[in-house]
Amino acid sequence: MKLTLTIWRQRNPGSRGKFVSYPMNDVNPEMSMLECLDVLNESLIERGEEPVAFEHDCREGICGSCGFMVSGIAHGPEPATTVCQLTMRHFKDGDELVLEPWRSRSFPFLKDLVVDRRSFDRIIQAGGYISVSTGSPQDGNDIPVGKEVADRAMDAAACIGCGACVAACPNGSAALFTGAKIAHLGILPQGKPEQDRRAVRMVAQMNTEGFGSCTNIGECTGVCPKEIPLEVIAKMNHDYLAGAWKERHKVVTAITPVTDWELAKK
Amino acid sequence: MKLDARIPSGPIEQAWDKAQFDMKLVNPANKRRHTLLVVGSGLAGASASASLGELGYNVKCFCFQDSPRRAHSIAAQGGINAAKNYQNDGDSIYRLFYDTVKGGDFRAREANVYRLAQNSVKIIDQCVAQGVPFAREYGGLLENRSFGGAQVSRTFYARGQTGQQLLLGAYQALERQVDAGQVTMFPRTEMLDLIVIDGQARGIVARNLITGKPDVHIGDAVILATGGYGNVYYLSTNAKGSNATAIWRAYKRGALFANPCFTQIHPTCIPVSGDYQSKLTLMSESLRNDGRIWVPKQQGDKRRPDQIPEDERDYYLERKYPSFGNLVPRDVASRNAKAVCDEGRGVGETGLGVYLDFSDAIARLGEETIRERYGNLFDMYQRITDENPYKVPMRIYPAIHYTMGGLWVDYQLQSTIPGLFVLGEANFSDHGANRLGASALMQGLSDGYFIIPYTIGNYIASTRLARVSDSAPEVQQSLSSVKAGIEKLLSIKGKRTVDSFHRELGKIVWEECGMSRNAAGLQKAIGQIRALREEYWQNLNVPGSGDDLNQSLEKAGRVADFFELGELMCLDALERNESCGGHFREEYQTPDGEARRDDEHFSYVAAWGYTGPGNRPELNKEPLEFEYVHPSQRSYK
Amino acid sequence: MSTAVAGPHATRAPGFWQSTNGKKAVMAITGAILFLFVIGHLLGNLQVFDGPARLNAYGRFLHNLGELLWIVRGVLILCVVLHIVATVQLWARNRKARPVGYKVKKSVASSYADRTMYWSGPIVLAFVIFHLLEFTAGTIHPESRFIPGDVYHNVVAGFSVWWVSAWYIFSLILLGMHLRHGIWSMFQSVGLNHPRHTPVLKQAALWIAILITAGYISIPISVLAGWVR
Repeated sequence: MKLTLTIWRQRNPGSRGKFVSYPMNDVNPEMSMLECLDVLNESLIERGEEPVAFEHDCREGICGSCGFMVSGIAHGPEPATTVCQLTMRHFKDGDELVLEPWRSRSFPFLKDLVVDRRSFDRIIQAGGYISVSTGSPQDGNDIPVGKEVADRAMDAAACIGCGACVAACPNGSAALFTGAKIAHLGILPQGKPEQDRRAVRMVAQMNTEGFGSCTNIGECTGVCPKEIPLEVIAKMNHDYLAGAWKERHKVVTAITPVTDWELAKK
Repeated sequence: MKLDARIPSGPIEQAWDKAQFDMKLVNPANKRRHTLLVVGSGLAGASASASLGELGYNVKCFCFQDSPRRAHSIAAQGGINAAKNYQNDGDSIYRLFYDTVKGGDFRAREANVYRLAQNSVKIIDQCVAQGVPFAREYGGLLENRSFGGAQVSRTFYARGQTGQQLLLGAYQALERQVDAGQVTMFPRTEMLDLIVIDGQARGIVARNLITGKPDVHIGDAVILATGGYGNVYYLSTNAKGSNATAIWRAYKRGALFANPCFTQIHPTCIPVSGDYQSKLTLMSESLRNDGRIWVPKQQGDKRRPDQIPEDERDYYLERKYPSFGNLVPRDVASRNAKAVCDEGRGVGETGLGVYLDFSDAIARLGEETIRERYGNLFDMYQRITDENPYKVPMRIYPAIHYTMGGLWVDYQLQSTIPGLFVLGEANFSDHGANRLGASALMQGLSDGYFIIPYTIGNYIASTRLARVSDSAPEVQQSLSSVKAGIEKLLSIKGKRTVDSFHRELGKIVWEECGMSRNAAGLQKAIGQIRALREEYWQNLNVPGSGDDLNQSLEKAGRVADFFELGELMCLDALERNESCGGHFREEYQTPDGEARRDDEHFSYVAAWGYTGPGNRPELNKEPLEFEYVHPSQRSYK
Repeated sequence: MSTAVAGPHATRAPGFWQSTNGKKAVMAITGAILFLFVIGHLLGNLQVFDGPARLNAYGRFLHNLGELLWIVRGVLILCVVLHIVATVQLWARNRKARPVGYKVKKSVASSYADRTMYWSGPIVLAFVIFHLLEFTAGTIHPESRFIPGDVYHNVVAGFSVWWVSAWYIFSLILLGMHLRHGIWSMFQSVGLNHPRHTPVLKQAALWIAILITAGYISIPISVLAGWVR
């Protein structure tokens, strides 16, 4: 089948970018979106042009590296599918696909379709964990966890940190990502002791990063490759409000959102 | 070289306790004065970084991905073994040890495996405490399943995403230490050389993939946890970025590379569909618990599977191995799939595939139960192939999945370079010639959480570590060799892309050093690899510059190392004149086509030493002794 | 080397009101109060169908509340102000969160009402101001005389003008859309969501919004149709 890929090309954050259209004449419908880009890149290199930079690793929808907008939808039109598993059979012969990087102030642009998502790591750093050091915790079966509780925690824990939620949100909010971790850990009995601190600190970090606000419209869930439910955002709000009240006497600090290579370049 | 594995004397049950007690300790106040460099952030790297940070060391952790959470451990699906015996079905540490040694076809070190089985129990406790949402029963206790041919249910799992959940647990522990200031994380940074000073590993040269700048990082010890080298084959279940560069550069600085030819082929992957194929997708082995594997009895039978009547189907695993059936170990299942396809009975358009059929299980248990157990795997299959596995049997074919070989390490996980420790898939230690299902996650975490924190302390407390400055000649030599390597790749300006070379290399290694090998083929492969490598350095085209994000350049360096490693794999396979585990030499098989091991001549670890460019590497042998599990012919009949 | 990141916790974190979550909670609570007002006001207004005596008596009752009326008014004004300030600040922040927009952007999950909160709000505000000037202050009362105290007369006279009714109906449909999202969204913002209750709540929000809108616009329609005169 024939397709046209219209791709955002920009060498680096300082340069000007533009859309460039690449006609593709021999697209196999079984290919994934990324394999289609591989084929394009091979031909670009052979023509002496720079290949399109895009992020990818596992190519089975779990590492969360890949992701870009495909004609206005994060990860493309198939629900619960990352671009690495989006096969071309979902498009029609002659379609034009517009590929754009995630756009968010908190995901600084790097090159072509690659952005920097370290803000997500910093949100986890701020409290997305249970504070147990390696050693001898109690036996795994000492604290029973009901099947439904474990399942709900797992639903939230399935997040792959790809950033599609932020990309799709008209406000550029990271509520689904942050909520997913707060919910995963907050639902489990093991995570209860630091529930307040976790919510307060993670929300503080999310806000420090400059993400937008959540308007509860659900675009994020709609594009989420793991279909994380909107419930997790309510859980975040719940834990945050409770935590902000209970820990109102505490001064909360956040991590300065600076990446090391920005500093290295200065 | 005499290889001293430093295995503690005495009964195996007490070996690790004894070793721990004999180890020297670092004063808590002194720990923060020691900088440890951890390369890799998968299960082994992240768990090591977190645990060492918790102890008070100053840790620097490096990964080439944009975040430590992307490491390929995340893609492990099936589960993690632990000898908890929660199911009251006769499991024990000793049985897990026994199964692993036997499963590894008697090419693993007993003491290491015993310790692994001991630690398995602690891993589950640790991960539960971290909030890993393992599957639970209604009563709230942990659920188990049987996995990969084990006769007991000892596998713990979190849906089909166990690796993801365990990695996120370790990643979160790591981020906690980043927050505490104990660990500094260097994402998008790729190690390109090891700095060895006075025979000790004292640092690395790592390239910042955004700025393109190679930087020197000095430390008191270097820990490599960079995973396996399955991507030598180009098509594998590994992530596209998985590479051997860190361990290969360490090898070239003097670390020995053990059993490079021990690679594992996973039997249940989605078959290749075309030339553009960039990777192979694994379907968890757990599918074999309920799926039945078959091919048509007739060669070239192109009928749709539902039109092939029961008596014209060959359930070849059930036929040949009545007691294990579809649950035979991975190497056996893979080899048999290849055999039936070679006979012309393969299914699908390419003829390289066998059916994995759930219709009986669905009839017996109902579609809902099957959906509950494998729903996400079925969805994934359907997403990729556009076929509904609830209605049509899945098509599967073996693919390269895991590499048992890796850098040689002693019982303390130290390589032959003092101060260079190697964890997880990157080392060779625990799986022998074949890894059992749900054991990789166990090993990565055992190494990172429960072994390295002890052994690194022992090294630091018992070693004189001189101050090293950035201007030391060894440091500068490493740095300039890295810079020269990058320049060289960029300056060839030939015609062919990195991927075209990589694909060709992969094909050679897969054909001749894949599921079955023979001397003539291996010799041929070595010649082909050398010729192709020659062309690589003449005709490679790497566009762009070395001063910014350049994914072609990253790949070019990794593929250059795959060429050399691929050759070593063939050499090792050629030297090992026996069949064992994943290494099947056609010359050495029983009359009914099973692997024939040669314990008299090959009961050793083959540890190869680098002897300079173009020279034949030197083979060192660590003899293996089996005091507890006596070598026997593996039989799954 | 590239490790020159200033200490890990260099920034003082945003407090409750500075955080997006805090502002959304304030919007939820103020929204809930305003929602209660909208219901109460509707119930009062519907007395128009009982004739002039009943409605004017209700008007007098409200006026005789004295200080209490001003307290209620004060609370409502405070809610409106907080609701608006939070919205405007979040809107400004959200604009900054995506400095470079998309060439193509499609919505996959959200409804029209969800996405139109930003402009249904200001139009409803403009309407409320107009409405107060028309029926409370009486400064705008086109084509007839405003009689203080004679609520019934003012309603009928006001709505007899077609464009006043049209503007009223248009604004209340927007209010309905605003409520359709707001009624369930406020629960989400204060952290109440349940896999079983939330879908019911979303359905209920739709019907409550329709009922409220229908209730309000029944008055101008009845006036225009001549059923209330």
